[in-house]
Amino acid sequence: MHALPRPIQLLLMALLLLMAAYPLFGAGLAGEKHDFFLQQLTSIMILAIVALGLDLLVGVSGMVSLASAAFFGMAGYALVLFAPEYEAVSIWVALPVCLGITALAALLMGVLIIRTSGIFFIMVTIAFSQMLYYLFHDASFAGGSDGAYLFMKPVVAIGGVQLLDLDNRTSLFYVVLASLGLLFVLLRTFLRAPFGRVLLGIKENEQRVRAMGYNPLFYKLAAFVIAGTIAGYAGMLSATQYGFVSPGQLSWQMSAHILVMVILGGMGTLFGPILGAFAFEGLHHWFASLTPHWELPMGVVVICMVLLLPRGIAGLLLQLAARKPTKTSAVKLPRVSQQEAEQ
Amino acid sequence: MSGLILETRGLSKTFGGLRAVSDISLQVAPREIHAIIGPNGAGKSTMVNLLSGHLRPSSGQVIFNGQDITGLAPNKVSHLGVGRSFQRTNIFPSFSCLENCMLAAQSRMKNSFRFFRRSERYPLVRERAEQALEACGLSSKGHSTASSMSYGEQRQLEVGMVLATEPSFLLLDEPMAGMGKEESSRVVELLAELSREYSLVLVEHDMEAVFSIAKTLTVMVNGQMLASGPLDQVRNDPAVQEAYLGDGEEQF
Repeated sequence: MHALPRPIQLLLMALLLLMAAYPLFGAGLAGEKHDFFLQQLTSIMILAIVALGLDLLVGVSGMVSLASAAFFGMAGYALVLFAPEYEAVSIWVALPVCLGITALAALLMGVLIIRTSGIFFIMVTIAFSQMLYYLFHDASFAGGSDGAYLFMKPVVAIGGVQLLDLDNRTSLFYVVLASLGLLFVLLRTFLRAPFGRVLLGIKENEQRVRAMGYNPLFYKLAAFVIAGTIAGYAGMLSATQYGFVSPGQLSWQMSAHILVMVILGGMGTLFGPILGAFAFEGLHHWFASLTPHWELPMGVVVICMVLLLPRGIAGLLLQLAARKPTKTSAVKLPRVSQQEAEQ
Repeated sequence: MSGLILETRGLSKTFGGLRAVSDISLQVAPREIHAIIGPNGAGKSTMVNLLSGHLRPSSGQVIFNGQDITGLAPNKVSHLGVGRSFQRTNIFPSFSCLENCMLAAQSRMKNSFRFFRRSERYPLVRERAEQALEACGLSSKGHSTASSMSYGEQRQLEVGMVLATEPSFLLLDEPMAGMGKEESSRVVELLAELSREYSLVLVEHDMEAVFSIAKTLTVMVNGQMLASGPLDQVRNDPAVQEAYLGDGEEQF
């Protein structure tokens, strides 16, 4: 993972600042709809977090998982079921419990399936997701197909002093934005460190990684657990936002949407899937306002993207950034050769 | 042990009904270049895969430094000090040369579950990678993307990556495959240099190159060992001459 070209760094910074400033100017701009937009942006960013985690598997390590929603939903259910009914749960208890449960589930699932690859890996991740889906769909303890409610949002407090009010939409918006930003930086750091190098190596040439003395399975398993835990974190945020969880959140269709975000945005770039989440959800709302069959035009867009821009939005941006005359050619050269590598 | 670094005893591998490698017993002493030659389909590559752990032998033993390594996984074999290069160029095309070697070098850390500090900030990793690049003659190309380099340079990098894993023993599968005369003579030089420090098993097609550097030689035909021993002795073995080397009228 190389340093991002300057223009892209600036673009990402600008987008971050724009997002951070939205609650300040949004009310004036959108009027009555401000609250709705704030809520939508928050939930898109939550999906972007899942997409970011999935990119670690799909784009970085070359493992196509359709189980991200399983972890997303599982953590949401964990929060709802764990929280006492008429009392707010402390975030310091809820967070480790929910993340611990998803990490453990990802570890157990990973141990069983990590040896498979390609289509088989996709199929077993779907199978696991569907098992969980039907478990929560049919189980009475979690409200069955009706889902379950979280009546009180988790409390973020130290020694009785409330630090953040998650019931407040603006605070939640900032929590989610900060989480997204920090996770992005964290994953980029991972990719430059020895751990990420091994993952990138596995994607390019697993056999050689093994010949150099690594056991790729451990690294893939770790990536799977990290991605699952990130999805779980997002699921927790989502349950907090809506105060509601339903089996639909665990379905593999939901995972497929996340995967489409990663592909639209550009696999393996980390920032691409974040943009992909916004693009996907933006198109989703737009098409849904035109026709109830929003999947149809969405499918056309996805097909066109894959044909015309196989490296997604991020690939397009990187290409544009590379074309701009830069002070040093050092930025330019690697990009050109990377394209050659793909030919 | 009589100071052998690598020994195989009755090593065989069958694929279905095909005996790809049959009852091979060879011995390699420290700091020598041992070449394995043979026509296409003789079982040379299978032999390499058996030695590096990529294939599990059907019968027989592989003994490395006095330790039985038969059937060990390739990553474990690598950690014992066997560095293997591949016949078909097997690098990480989108990595730079330095990154290729750093990934190889960091495999010598206890593990790579290190998440925060950048790879190049580990002094040992960086030093080893740079030394390996220098040894394979690519130190000026550290920041070139591997896929952008010439075929010959990629073959050099292949060797450099093996060196970065700090092996005590090199197992090179046709390092000169597909190279022009000039490029391959550069690799011959490199190998001669390496043989001062490392023990080396070389599987090769290019006989001229083999004869100029190998000390001992094994000739394989149809999965069987025709002869094995000091270069001159094997070269003059009548069976070898007849079966493989021709009658002196080389046709290349």
